[in-house]
Amino acid sequence: MNYLLRGIGVLATVGVVGLLAFSLPSGEARGDGGGDTLPQLKNKNWQQECASCHLAYAPAFLPKSSWRRVMGGLERHFGENASLDPATQADILRFLEANAADSGTSRMGNKVMQRMAANEAPLRITDTRWFVRKHDEVARATWSRKSVGSAANCAACHQRAEKGIFDEHDIRIPK
Amino acid sequence: MIERIRFGSLALLVMASAGALAAETPAGLMARYAQEAGVPVSALSAARGAALYRTDHPGRDGEPVRCASCHTDKPNQPGRTRVGKRIEPLAPAANPQRFTDVAKVEKWFRRNCQDVLQRECSAQEKGDFIAWLSQVK
Repeated sequence: MNYLLRGIGVLATVGVVGLLAFSLPSGEARGDGGGDTLPQLKNKNWQQECASCHLAYAPAFLPKSSWRRVMGGLERHFGENASLDPATQADILRFLEANAADSGTSRMGNKVMQRMAANEAPLRITDTRWFVRKHDEVARATWSRKSVGSAANCAACHQRAEKGIFDEHDIRIPK
Repeated sequence: MIERIRFGSLALLVMASAGALAAETPAGLMARYAQEAGVPVSALSAARGAALYRTDHPGRDGEPVRCASCHTDKPNQPGRTRVGKRIEPLAPAANPQRFTDVAKVEKWFRRNCQDVLQRECSAQEKGDFIAWLSQVK
């Protein structure tokens, strides 16, 4: 009887743990969103302003020093004028710094920083060593496909990029 | 007395919410820009606005650039940013949100006139531009 009860208990435990393991996306089970899933962040200005032209790139993709350079040069933002009023600009920069790759708030950021040289402050996410290595199997011709446009267009291949999910299983490279 | 306070706070609430919405209209913005330019609204020209939209200008890198480069030749259709993100149509007929928020309108004139013309647009040009887009079906 005792053994029977204990057996049922063990089976139930294994079942529950197993169910949890399969039902939770691997990232969320790890707490911070995991390696390929970014923490869900909210900042109205970041979402509204940055995303009017491109995906609101996650702050975890660049260090604070990079974000300061980006936000300090919005009049000439990769060839376009993306200037903002000072209050909005300051609010977005604060948010980017608080969640930057070197802020220690995400696993993605840690991975980006692992490959960053001490005084490096790249302006482009695509110039980080982490990005280059992650995408080394993508041919140059693939990037310039009309359906992709450029490497700045994360969502062309990462189906759920807008939700901060960069899991390998979500990748569909368009023809 | 209580009635009066109640009525007063209701009136305040109505005024506050009207202020928060502060919905502009394309016609309202045309009047504003005409006034700023010192001309009557009737002096705004849809034809000049269309020309402003369609004319090529030497861009910063020497490549010709015009409004239609991103907004397409048909402003009642969606456009694309340089990195491929959708731009909602510019013509109010296709997108009623357009020209209803003065801060947003000013922000984009400031940025895009600099990118396309390498200078700010005049109040007259802004008025002409909205005059033309308001006519697009």
